[in-house]
Amino acid sequence: MIEAATKRLEAPIVDSKRPILEVNSLNAYYGKTHAVKDVSLEIQAQAITAMIGPSGCGKSTLLRCINRMHEVTRGASATGQILLDGRDLYAAGVNVTQVRRRVGMVFQKPNPFPTMSIYENVAAGLRLNGLHDRKALDQRVERSLRMAALWDEVKDRLRRPGAGLSGGQQQRLCIARALAIDPEVLLLDEPCSALDPVSTSRIEELIIELSKNYTIVIVTHNLQQASRVSDYTAFMYLGELIEFSKTEKMFRNPDKKQTEDYITGRFG
Amino acid sequence: MGAGEKIRLIRRSLVDKAALGFMVISTVLTICVLGLILGYVIIQGSGYINWSFLTSLPTPVGEGGGGIANALVGSLIVVGIASLMAVPIGVGAAVFANEYRSRWLGWFVRFLADVFTGVPAIVVGLFAYAMVVQPMGSFSAFSGSVAYAFLMIPILVISAQEALRLVPNSIREASLALGVPVWKTILRIVLPTCSRALMTGLLLAFARALGEASPMLFTAFGNSFWNVDLTKPIATVPLVIYRYAVAPYDDWHAQAWAASLILVFIVLIASSLTRLAFRSRLDD
Repeated sequence: MIEAATKRLEAPIVDSKRPILEVNSLNAYYGKTHAVKDVSLEIQAQAITAMIGPSGCGKSTLLRCINRMHEVTRGASATGQILLDGRDLYAAGVNVTQVRRRVGMVFQKPNPFPTMSIYENVAAGLRLNGLHDRKALDQRVERSLRMAALWDEVKDRLRRPGAGLSGGQQQRLCIARALAIDPEVLLLDEPCSALDPVSTSRIEELIIELSKNYTIVIVTHNLQQASRVSDYTAFMYLGELIEFSKTEKMFRNPDKKQTEDYITGRFG
Repeated sequence: MGAGEKIRLIRRSLVDKAALGFMVISTVLTICVLGLILGYVIIQGSGYINWSFLTSLPTPVGEGGGGIANALVGSLIVVGIASLMAVPIGVGAAVFANEYRSRWLGWFVRFLADVFTGVPAIVVGLFAYAMVVQPMGSFSAFSGSVAYAFLMIPILVISAQEALRLVPNSIREASLALGVPVWKTILRIVLPTCSRALMTGLLLAFARALGEASPMLFTAFGNSFWNVDLTKPIATVPLVIYRYAVAPYDDWHAQAWAASLILVFIVLIASSLTRLAFRSRLDD
């Protein structure tokens, strides 16, 4: 798997990338619990950045800060800066809904809208944000489902309930739903943890394919997954960012002892 | 297997059987009581029900015939307007308490609603009398609607809160993460997701109001004539049942039974219709 990751990293395109996201001294809290401690990092455009670390290390919280979903949780708060294309998402007066349209998210468990059909699920973000033109919707739905590698499986049953699909299909439906509103960044919060190995590998292929057009940040518990798909890897532990570098370097020759211990399975 | 263990096993199976038996008996008793009430109402009431009973006005004592057309229409008007007032308030309060993340407020609204459901219907009637009838200067259909609305609101709040709790948080997050504002998420995602549970609550409140006579005693007041004017006294079915049942005429007693049966039918029909209408179109 390390070979696969290496191959991706050796592609010249990686080095020509620019940071699309800059996280500066981010602190995130749940009530008094300090979940993310003074984290700073840069995320490259059109690359895949993986966040790894043991449970409760703050990686999901960090992810949820990037599209300001963190504050949806009762009692949660955050300080610091996250710049998207140079603009602070946490500045006063920033429209949260606009942030979330630019930074899409896919969750751990597939969560299609239970009352909606496959078509309606994909169209939901567009419709609820005011697009009602039938033709445009049809096009966007088909395009999104194709990008999510689900079109061929569902094109004959678009009117069937989204909840009737298999777990892996539901997760790809959720990816299609997130892609439909054309975000710049796609956040994936352990998108495969509820899926079987076959579905997992399909989603991994999909993620690599999508990284040609989108910036992807993926939280994962699965180290092999991180090494297989990502260009960059951030290792977090107890709320702190321990190490952040190219995936190849991280898995071959980490700088910190803690990283090495975690990657080689000595703890976590 | 030792002797002690065998005894324990026998005891356990005995306790199991006893518990199961108790539950079966409880269930049968509950169904029996319900069946008895329904059966008795059907036996007593069905003889008097015919088209003219449903479509004609009450007749003076001794004249024979006569119906409850005015009370039927009156009940539907009063409860209908009560629903129009109570549903937005009840669901709105539940949404506010549940969705706008103040745990304390949610608890407080729930507590108030619980207390509110315990207030006797006749007290609610008196309250509506003081609030509406006195200032308006006369009994009226509208004041009856206000009284019914007060009865319905706590039931709606409690059932709507339960319904909202059935909606998994992941659904809300999915919508918010698409850049959908909170209010739109509630209106277009959360409420539709639990629409069936909401309807069940509405039905419960509707049925409760439809059958209550006491809040009408000094609000809608009753009327032997045709009326659809909201500012005038109006007849309602439970009020007719009450008046007829306590009157000394056999003919009226029979009509009271028939009216009771009609009430049961209305609730039954309303419940079947809403269930049909709100059956998810995605269901197989």
